[in-house]
Amino acid sequence: MILTLGFDAGLAVLIVGLALWTILAREAFAAVIGLVAFGLLVALAWVRLAAPDVALTEAAIGSGITGGLLITAAARSQPAARSSASDSLSWPMRVVAMVVSMLAAIGLAAIVLLLPAPAPTLAPAAAAHLPLTGLLNPVNAVLLAYRAIDTLLEVFVLLLALLGVWSLAPDRSWGGRPGLAQRADPDEMLAFVGRLLPPIGVIVGIHLFWVGSVAPGGEFQSATVLGAMWVLAAAAGLVDWPPIGRRWLRLVLVIGAAVFLAIGLAGIGISGAFLGYPPDYAKLLIVSIELPVTLSITAILGLLVAGPPSREPNA
Amino acid sequence: MSLVRDGAAVAAVCAGVLFFLAGTVGLLRFPDTLSRLHALTKADNLGLGLIVLGTALQAEGILAALRLIVIWLLVLLSGSAVSQLIARLAYRAARQS
Repeated sequence: MILTLGFDAGLAVLIVGLALWTILAREAFAAVIGLVAFGLLVALAWVRLAAPDVALTEAAIGSGITGGLLITAAARSQPAARSSASDSLSWPMRVVAMVVSMLAAIGLAAIVLLLPAPAPTLAPAAAAHLPLTGLLNPVNAVLLAYRAIDTLLEVFVLLLALLGVWSLAPDRSWGGRPGLAQRADPDEMLAFVGRLLPPIGVIVGIHLFWVGSVAPGGEFQSATVLGAMWVLAAAAGLVDWPPIGRRWLRLVLVIGAAVFLAIGLAGIGISGAFLGYPPDYAKLLIVSIELPVTLSITAILGLLVAGPPSREPNA
Repeated sequence: MSLVRDGAAVAAVCAGVLFFLAGTVGLLRFPDTLSRLHALTKADNLGLGLIVLGTALQAEGILAALRLIVIWLLVLLSGSAVSQLIARLAYRAARQS
């Protein structure tokens, strides 16, 4: 009892301390490293709150992919960051920023503290209708049945984010490959890991996907692991990023959103509601949405890390 | 028998914590990148190994224990690969300056 209390208190202190350190860090790169460590600690906090689904997502998306993207961004903006505007920020602006931040923090704290004593919950309702979805993991039922529209929109947001990254490409390299041309040195350490780890990671990714219907896991966590394996193999120079103009690549990127949308629209005719599933086929439909969605998210996350195309299409 | 097992688990975890403590002190106190890496990898390899050994003794069933050991092996792999990459960068940077 005292041990777990001590652990939780230590964790809380570490999280707040690391958050402060991340904000106060002078260099963008150090701040990103702080954020990644912060995300892992927050994942641990979610485990302590008995929310392993959120913990997996926080570790995979919040820490892993976001951290990877921010590290790339920090590395690219390094020269610009040196002459950053943070020192020339005027005093009134700083005071305004401080007051606004404090208001936001006080508002959030008030919302949490003013909740009625047993917080309002939809958990019993979610559990009661679980058999209708054919799933055993209530979190996944929320993501793919009760609130499937949110998940559908998330897939579209990821597509838009990738379009945003691609729009940074110079005209001459449009349709070309992202990243730098590199060949693998077979004796290189990274090439060794790039050969050894992906088979394990792919199995873990498929396991996370499959176990999602009965236990913590699901398509976002699975796609993050699979995408990370792709990034690793590409960083080691074992595979090259595909040219973004390829038709098969475009197809893989949109197939998740397209199938999701098609099944959702079919629900209007069959069950009378957008994204409504007939109970007999709910599980089948959910899996046939999850499979292409996982494929698309894997490709989108990998290409987000790869960045805008930087080589000419016929190079 | 369970007393012996609990005792061994506590001893292994304590020894692992000691390695992590020593590794952290080394990370903070050692003068250059290479020796700091040296301190860090001791904590990762031996410290985590001992903690895994201790928790594996307490695990429910052989499958859970095996899973812990696989996690340790994966950490070993990524830890040694990353420290190799960092060490080479540090070595090249030191030779250039």
